[in-house]
Amino acid sequence: MSDISPEEWTAILLSVRVAVIATLISTPIGIGVAWLLARRDFWGKPIIDAIIYLPLVLPPVVTGYLLLLLLGKRGLLGAWLAEHLGIVFAFRWTGAALACGVMSFPLLVRPIRLSIEAVDRRLEQASSTLGASPWKVFATVTLPLALPGVLAGMVLGFAKAIGEFGATITFVSNIPGETQTISSAIYSLIQTPDGDAAASRLVMISIGIAVLALIASEWFARRATQRLHGN
Amino acid sequence: MVRAPRDATAARKLIVLRVDVFKQLGEFSVDVAFTSEGRVTGLFGSSGAGKTSLVSMIAGLVQPDRGIIAVDSDVLYDGSARIHVPPHRRRIGYVFQDARLFPHLSVAQNLDYGRRMNRLTRDPAEETRITEMLDIGHLLDRRPGGLSGGERQRVALGRALLSQPRLLLLDEPMGALDEERKAEILPYLKRLRDAGDVPMVFVSHDADEMRQLATQVVMLKRGRVAAFGGTEILPRIIPAA
Repeated sequence: MSDISPEEWTAILLSVRVAVIATLISTPIGIGVAWLLARRDFWGKPIIDAIIYLPLVLPPVVTGYLLLLLLGKRGLLGAWLAEHLGIVFAFRWTGAALACGVMSFPLLVRPIRLSIEAVDRRLEQASSTLGASPWKVFATVTLPLALPGVLAGMVLGFAKAIGEFGATITFVSNIPGETQTISSAIYSLIQTPDGDAAASRLVMISIGIAVLALIASEWFARRATQRLHGN
Repeated sequence: MVRAPRDATAARKLIVLRVDVFKQLGEFSVDVAFTSEGRVTGLFGSSGAGKTSLVSMIAGLVQPDRGIIAVDSDVLYDGSARIHVPPHRRRIGYVFQDARLFPHLSVAQNLDYGRRMNRLTRDPAEETRITEMLDIGHLLDRRPGGLSGGERQRVALGRALLSQPRLLLLDEPMGALDEERKAEILPYLKRLRDAGDVPMVFVSHDADEMRQLATQVVMLKRGRVAAFGGTEILPRIIPAA
């Protein structure tokens, strides 16, 4: 592993940064959405549900292209954001984070939603009769009991984000040092005549990260069951 | 609406609980009206008589279709005025049949929960008095998962009391316990009643329990008030050994 080149390091660190930012920003949104889907009935809920899971079933290239249409430099929202707020996603690492966030969102939301659904509503009722407002019920009962599911969702989301390829390369291309993540670096390397050795190093690293994420997720899931049975 | 004679043995704190509600629940409906001033108002009836639906409405967990619920002059629900005070603002304690202790918190944290939520100042003397009255001092560091049914129910009782409610709802607090454990809880409930700190609504289908605890009885049958008065209205059944 000592012969990892600076370019490879750049790609690894960029992947980690993109995945961390994507996960940290998606998590609070994901918790909110998961709570809404688990605990509230509202008009249009099936549509919201479908939109969230769309990136899971659409070809990633399609998601990336849609992001480009929406948030590219001449995109519907992208042009406005760039002009009024100076926020640019296209061909920037922030765009990579956004693409990864969107692609990993369904995987992040699902375990959180399931763990919130598993929280006994009778405990939430007990909490409210003890004087807890709906927000405090959520903060002191629902969220702590769903926490292992939240962590599991974060791990899964992170793993998806760090490996994301299709949507990212379509939306922000493959620019070394700016948007070239591990996946797009591997893609470039295996198209280069002498890239095999470097590619297999990066392949090993991504396998390592994926395995670690799965182990962590498994561990959190076990914690969840223990916690809900409480002793 | 029937009004029972004033409870002659009433201790310090008394309230007037006024309930006049209608709620359709599928094929079944609850249509109940009474005004009670007792220390312990018993809601008596067989299962399916609407007892739990009624206490859930008093607690604010279930909203009636119409009617009025008031504690003293404080209106908690008024269908025609569109008033529905949410449960957390009613200051009504609720001890559920299944205790419902928070599994992620210790017994001490469970007991302290209501004080934290209501931002009350700590009252160590009161905490000691209640943990001693309920004999739960030795359980404080434990998690609810490891407690027996009787212990759980006593902690649930303490948790509700320490939230300083103006009215305490006891929904078959011994319903999930076997005979032996029931005999373990009953004395604590009597102690609580005689301490007279907080008026209670006690729900049970057991005439014997009711006789021992209630000062007034609302007898419910299929969602309606069948009788209202003192414990003498309870059926005289010799319990099968």
